[in-house]
Amino acid sequence: MDSTVSSVSEENVWGGGNRPLGASYGKLMMWFFIVSDALTFSGFLASYGFSRFKFIETWPIADEVFTHVPFFHGNFPMYYVAFMTFILIMSSVTMVLAVDAGHRMMQKKVIFYMFLTIIGGLIFVGSQAWEWATFIKGDYGALETKGGRILQFVKSDTGERAALADFAAVLDEERITQLKSEGIWFEDESALTNFSVNEVIAGLKADNNIVVRTETISEDGEKILLNRAESLEKVNDAVRVVEGANLIRNEYGSRLFADFFFFITGFHGFHVFSGVVINVIIFFNIIIGTYERRGHYEMVEKVGLYWHFVDLVWVFVFTFFYLV
Amino acid sequence: MAHEHKLEIFRGLVKFKSNVTKIWGVLIFLTIVTAVEVGLGITKPEVLTKNYFIGMKILNWIFIVLTLVKAYYITWDFMHMRDEKSSLRRAVVWTPIFLVCYLIIILLFEADYIYNIFKTGYVSWNF
Repeated sequence: MDSTVSSVSEENVWGGGNRPLGASYGKLMMWFFIVSDALTFSGFLASYGFSRFKFIETWPIADEVFTHVPFFHGNFPMYYVAFMTFILIMSSVTMVLAVDAGHRMMQKKVIFYMFLTIIGGLIFVGSQAWEWATFIKGDYGALETKGGRILQFVKSDTGERAALADFAAVLDEERITQLKSEGIWFEDESALTNFSVNEVIAGLKADNNIVVRTETISEDGEKILLNRAESLEKVNDAVRVVEGANLIRNEYGSRLFADFFFFITGFHGFHVFSGVVINVIIFFNIIIGTYERRGHYEMVEKVGLYWHFVDLVWVFVFTFFYLV
Repeated sequence: MAHEHKLEIFRGLVKFKSNVTKIWGVLIFLTIVTAVEVGLGITKPEVLTKNYFIGMKILNWIFIVLTLVKAYYITWDFMHMRDEKSSLRRAVVWTPIFLVCYLIIILLFEADYIYNIFKTGYVSWNF
């Protein structure tokens, strides 16, 4: 099982060939990689913590953002993320079972468990893609003020969030998307939002039931609502409508929130994706009997380490992004 | 390669007959911990959100501790850290823990300082 060839006697500490850590070269290098990758993710999560502590009173509440489950309508905070966590832990388990079967040289079992692991990984990546799509699309819409703060809307009788489509007035305005080809060459506009600021303000004036929800979090951990008079005053600061999320602004609150969402879950999703690719390669290697001929399944153990690491990172992302 | 596995978890409280049953046992444990986390995250009991410990809600402390517990079992049982030599274990585990603690402490202190500047200083940002 040695990856390094040794021609020196075992007692010779300086000549190479002895293994003080009792692990093969390949496994050690995988541990090296994992430690460095763990530090990269720690950097991401620590900078997330930095931005969050900096805007501790105005940061979006994750429970209110991630409330969707595919094929179901309604408000299900965290359920889908919990499901994704479970899928990833489950695929980690099938991976250990594959490693365990590899130790006992049971090719058929290794193939079966590797297959399940790959399926789990694919479900996870698919779920994450779906979650990104939902996040980018958004569901309520909001206004942005001059200072880049987000104003959301709430129905004051029920306390439920109000989507812009629920109350915005339809005004007879002409709005043209500024294209590079038709406008000034250095000014380009992305697609227009469904409503203009004027339409939202007119709708707010007409509907007595709608009030503004600010970014600020109260002592009870809830976003502070304005009353009607304050709401009508506050919307005068609005400069644009925000629907959904992109890397510049998002309807959920602090701009950094969406940026960190895209970077942290994106970087993790990329790890899962590359993990699946590596798993597929190893899967075919097992099928064609490469490791039977080699006499050991250490390669499965090495990709297993990587796969568990991806699961490990998700455990932290889950806590710090979704729960805390 | 370590063919023999240490089959005890919880410091010998639970001992499994084979490596496979240990894996399923750890899965059950991790699932319970995740379910507790999600349950607390959805219900948010007031006792835990109203009381603070070192400037952070008790609920968040519980989440962090449970996360570290999960991380421990993933590393120790799924990544077979339990079966590795203690020198490898210490090299892999303590190096990041030291660096990450350092990083978190300086960044969060700095962030809190900026928060106070935004709050009390002559900086207008919420308009």
